[in-house]
Amino acid sequence: MNEIAIIIETVIKAVVVLAVVAGMAAFATFIERKVLAYMQRRLGPMNVGPHGILQLAADGIKLFTKEDIIPQNAVKPIFKIAPVIAPATAFTAMAAIPFFPEFTVFGYTVTPIISDINVGVLFIMGVASVGMYAPLLAGMSSTNKWALLGAARTVIALLSFEVVSGLALLAPLMLIGSLSLIDINDFQNGGFSSWLVWQQPLAFLLFAIAGFAETNRTPFDLIEYEAEIVSGYATDYSGMRWGLFFIGEYANMITVAFLVSIIFLGGYNPFWIIPGAIMILIKISAFIFLFLWVRAAWPHVRPDQMMWLCWKVLMPLALVNILITGIVLI
Amino acid sequence: MFEAIAFYTFSILTIIMFGIVVFTKNALYAMSALAGGMIFISGFFFLLGAEFLGVVQIIVYSGAIMAIYAFGMMFFDTTRDVKENIHSKKVLYALSIISAVLIVIILSAPIYSANIESLYPVGISQNYSENPGNVQDVGIVLFIKYLVPFELAAIMLLVAMISGIVLVSKRMEMNLTEEDNHEEKGEII
Repeated sequence: MNEIAIIIETVIKAVVVLAVVAGMAAFATFIERKVLAYMQRRLGPMNVGPHGILQLAADGIKLFTKEDIIPQNAVKPIFKIAPVIAPATAFTAMAAIPFFPEFTVFGYTVTPIISDINVGVLFIMGVASVGMYAPLLAGMSSTNKWALLGAARTVIALLSFEVVSGLALLAPLMLIGSLSLIDINDFQNGGFSSWLVWQQPLAFLLFAIAGFAETNRTPFDLIEYEAEIVSGYATDYSGMRWGLFFIGEYANMITVAFLVSIIFLGGYNPFWIIPGAIMILIKISAFIFLFLWVRAAWPHVRPDQMMWLCWKVLMPLALVNILITGIVLI
Repeated sequence: MFEAIAFYTFSILTIIMFGIVVFTKNALYAMSALAGGMIFISGFFFLLGAEFLGVVQIIVYSGAIMAIYAFGMMFFDTTRDVKENIHSKKVLYALSIISAVLIVIILSAPIYSANIESLYPVGISQNYSENPGNVQDVGIVLFIKYLVPFELAAIMLLVAMISGIVLVSKRMEMNLTEEDNHEEKGEII
């Protein structure tokens, strides 16, 4: 009986996370267009609904009803599977994220985490990096030069950022001594000054940069950079298959925002008079705004510049950071 | 019951995936099925309570197969079927029979002896004040009990990496395009 109760609870949590995050991802596309527009002194979408808020519905209807084209020479099964991988891995990674502090509803204590495995951080990083298979397979199966170039750049991007993000995380994890995100959050419950970003500023910076590369955001969006390779891996996709890639990308942005706020910015601990749940929402909104701000402010980076940056600048910095942390700990 | 369902689901999926890897003639199908199979194997680690190893399985193999994709992209037209040319069927049959026998022996040996004991049991049987996590278990085994093999493996990997770099960078100081003009192309590529 107890086992069945746990399974029902898990299914409910999974459905809620799926629905809420997919909604947030769709809303993030609207926010992105608005923020970019205001930063470039435009108005953005204005015509559909008040201040263009119904543009979301219009875009959704367009994506769902558009003709689904599969190129004649494409490797069809893989071409069809590839777009599913992006949102599937992005939502799987969310299974190990504690979204909010515990709360009680009708005398029943809810822990807002789908599965509290004790290697949460590693699980999220690993599953999120599997998400890079989506652009890779899409590019390789669509028999198109631009798509193939996009796939090749995906491999480059993965091999570059994965080392940096892993090594950058190692130093804070050495301080905490646990891979569980709940332990990491509880480690910083001593108020503003106990946030790990004050002890590990370099690791925070490196992890944030790797997060931009992991979600293909602008300084590192080399795998779909339209001025060089049309649209990269997504050149041959249309309609909802194209939309799935972008739901995956925005879900990944939310995952990275949660990871950064839990590991470095004090997580869902209450702050002054603000309760923890509101606090973490403020933090992830700020980080997603940072994503958009950087997109408006920074130029693109060439693939060779990105490899140079990751392997020759960021990786040595991460190693030095680990060394210093180790010496201080001893 | 749920563990049994999960086990059989994962085992059927894993066998199907590796079956595709062996039987298909298309490099793209083979590589994708390999990646899928490796990820399904991590399900067994999660079922056994070894979450750390399961996650490491995902991270290591997803990265490794990504590198195989890169090679596939460089050497094949991955969207076409590969034409296999088999020189002698005798060698092929001999090898497949040998490997089949080997697999039968590997699978039946533990059933025959019927007593599998881990030499260094960790976690449950040791009297820690509290049950340490997966990561601590792996750390204890790697850095106390199997320290020497671990370090030897690390040194071997280092040797392999250095030799790889040396082989690649023999003529790194010369520019390849400049060299193209002076020498014949065949020497460089």
